[in-house]
Amino acid sequence: MKALKEIYSSIVPLPMENVDTDQIIPARFLKATTRDGFGKNLFRDWRYEQDDETKPKADFVLNQSTYSGDILVAGKNFGCGSSREHAAWAIVDYGFKAVVSSFFADIFKNNALNNGLLPVTVSEAFLQAIFALPATNKVSIDIEAQTISIVETNQSEKFELNPYKKTCLLNGYDDIDFLLSRKSAIEKFEKELV
Amino acid sequence: MGKTLFDKIWDKHVVEKMENGPSVLYIDTHFIHEVTSPQAFKGIEKRGLKVFRPKQTIATADHNVPTLNQHLPIKDALSRMQVEALIENCKNHDIELYGLGHPYQGIVHVIGPELGITQPGTTIVCGDSHTSTHGAFGTVAFGIGTSEVEMVFASQCVLQTKPKTMRINIEGELQKGVVSKDIILYIIAEISASGATGFFVEYAGSTIRNLSMEARMTICNMSIEMGARGGMIAPDETTFNYIQGRTFAPAGDEWKLKKKEWEALYSDEDAVFDAELTIDAGAIQPMITYGTNPGLGIAINASVPVTDTIPDEGERKNIIKALAYMGLQSGKPLIGMPVQHIFIGSCTNSRIEDLREVAALIKGRKKNDAVQVMIVPGSQQVAKQVKEEGLETIFAEAGFVVRQAGCSACLGMNEDKIPAGEYCISTSNRNFEGRQGAGARTLLASPLTAAAAAITGVVTDVRELL
Repeated sequence: MKALKEIYSSIVPLPMENVDTDQIIPARFLKATTRDGFGKNLFRDWRYEQDDETKPKADFVLNQSTYSGDILVAGKNFGCGSSREHAAWAIVDYGFKAVVSSFFADIFKNNALNNGLLPVTVSEAFLQAIFALPATNKVSIDIEAQTISIVETNQSEKFELNPYKKTCLLNGYDDIDFLLSRKSAIEKFEKELV
Repeated sequence: MGKTLFDKIWDKHVVEKMENGPSVLYIDTHFIHEVTSPQAFKGIEKRGLKVFRPKQTIATADHNVPTLNQHLPIKDALSRMQVEALIENCKNHDIELYGLGHPYQGIVHVIGPELGITQPGTTIVCGDSHTSTHGAFGTVAFGIGTSEVEMVFASQCVLQTKPKTMRINIEGELQKGVVSKDIILYIIAEISASGATGFFVEYAGSTIRNLSMEARMTICNMSIEMGARGGMIAPDETTFNYIQGRTFAPAGDEWKLKKKEWEALYSDEDAVFDAELTIDAGAIQPMITYGTNPGLGIAINASVPVTDTIPDEGERKNIIKALAYMGLQSGKPLIGMPVQHIFIGSCTNSRIEDLREVAALIKGRKKNDAVQVMIVPGSQQVAKQVKEEGLETIFAEAGFVVRQAGCSACLGMNEDKIPAGEYCISTSNRNFEGRQGAGARTLLASPLTAAAAAITGVVTDVRELL
């Protein structure tokens, strides 16, 4: 996993609630046996007419040249539904480094963090402030300080990040390295577990 | 202060807890399937590792398999490769696989309980959000992502933050025609698709006590649809009677020992939950969803909401978008609306009891000419029972097609899909846009409500056919 310390970028707004993982990556694209290449099918059925890449839907944000950047911003309960990690892989593969929402589904949040994608939970008011920004405005996220700021207006908010996960993100560590280091404790535990 | 059932099981499985961080949680049983495991196998192989505890890992192929002609090679090349990768990976890592052609094959959350692998007091994970199904046996069971599957392969543990606890008490008698699927659709409609996010839910109360194991599984199965990390029910005599004698259940003296241990699995009287609510079972009607998340459900005779009067702007926009996708009108009832497809199956409602209920309702009746009816048993063993009990004949006489075991039309991944723009009353768990195929319109309901619509061809109150 690559280390992630700060993000400074314009945003891609998706002002919709309950964006489920079936929308992020429909099940018919889950047949791969590798983690790569899911970005081209990110939001597939919202992005294209009749599943046809030559027919982009003009009103969908990924098809609008006005919006680009490393930060996806969406309404509450983002990532609900299926546990498919392919959703996080698709968002990372497309090029996003963070997702901002007022509320994340649990499994998605874990999956994102396990792939170096930062889920930033903000207040509903702050979320609406970001949605109201002109496309050229930048947002900056400082992982060490756990703050997210709207550069132009200087509005800023603290976000929660579990200290362990923070260390992982800042250093590019993953959970498996950690668990492997605990092998002897796990083996000892197994002997005692009836 | 007493402990909740969840705390008892969770605490017993904590190897160690990081200060201000997650716990290393030991996993007793790891179920895997073809879709969310290949990248995890690749991951541990890249690290030069073997699966740490292969005997605690059970594999099946369910999501990506056809439900017709399972004896033939899978037609779709990518699906075939994925299923073949599972066979290869299980062989290389010494994992028991109940793959296509095996008499134990089936939907992972159907086979675990029916084989007696799912046992009270244990921790269970699977790379599938409906792993909460196993909670019906008093287990801590939850869905994980592929990186976490890799963690379990590498260490038989996951790193998890302890969720909060919620208890939902359901009290009283159910009305005629109301079944467990209606209970859970009612609860989700009450508290919304995100109403239990961050919580592990225990279902309790007199109504739950009177339910069969199959019915309890349906309720726990859909816990994730209100955002819960998992759902569980304290084991009792119903649970023990279900498990006893099953293929991998303890037997003899071991059974006696285990049963004694399991009898201590309940929330202490003075246990405190972070949230608690009580539902009056008598108020629940047969339910149906109209929208594109499982929280958008109504009583079968009710009308869909009038969008203009929804106060919250976000919710109003959601429902307007959902109704547009579903081709439904604000404020109108669903009853009497024609549907084209009926799907009875999925890890929510494909067990033998579900199919018996359907058969009892439709016996001697015929399906409406305008609908296609698909019955997909949850496992090879359920399919065998359907034959042995003569249900297959009842279904055939009614014009219902019985297919082979798999996830089928629940998720729009394998060959079984609903065409764009058409309506399907489905006993599955999700009505998301495109869930049953691009453009498909899903109405979630109980097996009884689905079967009633199969007979009439329109959305029907099953109580009229009872």
